Amino acid sequence: MSSPQASALVGEFSAIVGSDNVMTSEIDRYAYSYDAAVLEPVMPGIVVRPTTSEALGRVTRLCNDNGLPLTVRGAGTNLSGGTIPHPGGVVILTNGLTRILEINEEDLYAIVEPGVVTAVFAQEVARRGLFYPPDPGSQTVSTLGGNVAENAGGLRGLKYGVTKDYVMGMEFWDVQGNLIRSGSRTVKSVTGYNLHGLMVASEGTLGVFDKIILKLIPPPQAARSMMAIFDSIAAASETVAAIIAAKIVPATLEMMDNFTIRTVDNFRKAGLPTDAAALLLIEVDGHPGQVADEAARVEEICRRQGAREIKVAHDAGERNTIWQARRDALPALAKLKPTCVLEDATVPRSKIPAMIAALGEISRKFDLTIGTFGHAGDGNLHPTILTDKRDKAEWQRVEHAIEEIFDRALALGGTLSGEHGIGLAKRNFLVKEIGQATIDYTARMKKALDPKNILNPKKMEG
Amino acid sequence: MADLQQLALMFKNLDDQLVNCMRCGMCQAVCPLFRETGRETDVTRGKLALLEGLAAEILQDSQGIDTALNRCLLCGTCQANCPSGVQIIDIFLAARAILTGYFGLSPVKKAIFRGMLANPRLFNALTSMGSKFQGIFTKKVDDLLGSSCARFNAPVVADRHFNALATRPFRKIVPRLDTPAGASGLRVAFFPGCVVDKMFPQIGEAAVKIFRNKEVGVFLPAGQACCGIPVLTSGDRQTFNTLIEMNVELFRNAAFDYLVTPCASCTATIKELWPHLYSGSRDIAGDIARLGERTRDITEFMVDSLGLDGLGVTPAKEDVITYHDPCHLKNSLGITRQPRTLIRAAGGNFVEMNEAGTCCGCGGSFNVAHYELSKKIGNRKADNIVASGAETVATSCPACMMQMTDMLSRRDKGIRVRHVVELYADSID
Repeated sequence: MSSPQASALVGEFSAIVGSDNVMTSEIDRYAYSYDAAVLEPVMPGIVVRPTTSEALGRVTRLCNDNGLPLTVRGAGTNLSGGTIPHPGGVVILTNGLTRILEINEEDLYAIVEPGVVTAVFAQEVARRGLFYPPDPGSQTVSTLGGNVAENAGGLRGLKYGVTKDYVMGMEFWDVQGNLIRSGSRTVKSVTGYNLHGLMVASEGTLGVFDKIILKLIPPPQAARSMMAIFDSIAAASETVAAIIAAKIVPATLEMMDNFTIRTVDNFRKAGLPTDAAALLLIEVDGHPGQVADEAARVEEICRRQGAREIKVAHDAGERNTIWQARRDALPALAKLKPTCVLEDATVPRSKIPAMIAALGEISRKFDLTIGTFGHAGDGNLHPTILTDKRDKAEWQRVEHAIEEIFDRALALGGTLSGEHGIGLAKRNFLVKEIGQATIDYTARMKKALDPKNILNPKKMEG
Repeated sequence: MADLQQLALMFKNLDDQLVNCMRCGMCQAVCPLFRETGRETDVTRGKLALLEGLAAEILQDSQGIDTALNRCLLCGTCQANCPSGVQIIDIFLAARAILTGYFGLSPVKKAIFRGMLANPRLFNALTSMGSKFQGIFTKKVDDLLGSSCARFNAPVVADRHFNALATRPFRKIVPRLDTPAGASGLRVAFFPGCVVDKMFPQIGEAAVKIFRNKEVGVFLPAGQACCGIPVLTSGDRQTFNTLIEMNVELFRNAAFDYLVTPCASCTATIKELWPHLYSGSRDIAGDIARLGERTRDITEFMVDSLGLDGLGVTPAKEDVITYHDPCHLKNSLGITRQPRTLIRAAGGNFVEMNEAGTCCGCGGSFNVAHYELSKKIGNRKADNIVASGAETVATSCPACMMQMTDMLSRRDKGIRVRHVVELYADSID
């Protein structure tokens, strides 16, 4: 930004948010050129940090008046490039908008600004004796605005759903700087289009979130965790289907393959069964009576399906040991190689055995190390490809493998992305899943709502 | 200044380490500086990205990157919590060395590091000039000490509530010791460290009292040099090497079981940084490794080697004590249990404070270069100390003691700041 026109713009942004909240230096801009996706950084032209709702709206309008592409950024933990800015565009930070405006214990909702950190919010809610279930892996830093824009999931998806299941309403800025309202504080509301639903998973392409109304629920009174050890991955994945078929919905039902088990054990020396083909990590929660009953039935199903051993946690320490193994999965895998590509193609859960088999074939076909773990209960596996992006030949094989993972998941009736989003990383594959007509329909809608195409351009564009 | 070949090699090593950062951003959750500013250039992910941008020749503003890199407490909390296990402190220290090599050490730092720190007798003589010297410090040497060696920064800035230089440094009170092991069967080499020597001699005296009481033999040679952390963080590898060589020369041929220090930073530096960052020409790698293996934090030594487990000690009802974890003990060495045990062994009525393991904001030279930020982080620590209801906050690092004294003295709550060994020494009267 060196031309007179550019410095005039810097002045206009400064007038809205204050000069301390406008960053134009090379290093400041570079620090907002990336997110957690394995993609090349892209330099924005300017970074602004509004600290009031009004300033957020005015910044949005200023961008539109000048045809400046803008990308809203929370914690930048996106795994699909959704927060990588447009070249020379504007990055709007939400970490100046971090107020929890209301937690209503009578009507079970909360109203937040977009920059509130997920775990901070969940903790505050828990302090009032309530529960906000979505728990994406990045929750200690991720923002609620980002969670809504990506429809973030987590470990509790199976029973409690994902972010979209908790968005009751929203206020957002359109590109002209008008405040648009949708949804309400009530459980039931059919007034107007479900625009807040449209905003969920819109990846910053349709509006700039100002306030979000989130649903809260009472927490479960009891929980019981267990680890089931299997000698065959097929038996483990069939067990997942059997538990659901028995009309039991565990809060969490996670799987780890042999490669991941060995890596985790090597990482923490937690005494995991390194010869096991697969582990299922299961937690049931609810009323104490129901928990005892369901835990016993899950244990019995695991045994019947051929689990060689089942370890039930009897206290908080044992429960923590089980979940520590799951928490260690990604860090342990990530330490093996410099680059870690975390995929999230998702299949109907009955297809988990077929998807696991497909991943094995893909790993052999492209001669790649793939560790697989993830949310088996909701069909959302995380095949994790371990590589070094500087090794060009191997990186090409990685790209082919990713494409084949998508193809196989789609062939099984699945989806490209369970919870990480499309962003820049998967936009070229979009047509395979939703078809050209859907892409055209989306493009017409986007054109109507954002005529100058300033809202996070290119993201999710098929 | 490092020669070009060495620089190139350092950059190459750096690239191999930098690539391990997957930009997950989890460091944002734990960085005490980021919590205050919310700026990506202040958190580790941002700094690592900047270094990659510099290495890839995308970025030109190396001066700006140098500035960003120095806005860091080096508390190591990010490294202790990094999912990818990136060796962040190694990268930052190497990068500082590379950039210092590139820009050159500022003349004031050169004067301090090479003229003073690398010459302990001169350093001691100068600091012994007492009040007269402090006058000079507070006026002319302001920036000089500030940007260089914050260990000695206390009397620097006008509105600071600082600990004055001791009128009698520890080394004057106990010039040297060479006593055999007594009933304990143990003999230690004692490395008090500069801050204990020049500001908190009572910590050194407490340690010596405990050694005597527990019949531990002590080898305390005169002429100990700084452990090197201030020069290392400023990227001055040459002086760092010199200081290691001087210290190794003093200790290499002596017989002792452990080298014990009451300073968390000295312990971490000798144990973790000497062995893999010494790049001088002397053939002393073996000596450095052996010293590192035998180096112990003083509370670790007292609890694990002397068996002071506090079992059967009834806590005194009065004087509630809380504990602050120094970064160099918790993050670098994983030591959190022993100091707490020792407080109980001293009969202390211990309460845990909130965020005990969060950095106090001192960060060596960070405190001087970025005093306002340091104060914000320190005030959060002070809030937590006050909220704990404790009358005494104990810790095991004299640099943290300086920072907490500064922050707490503004509150006028009458909360004392003491080293854990002082508490224990009091209990054996």
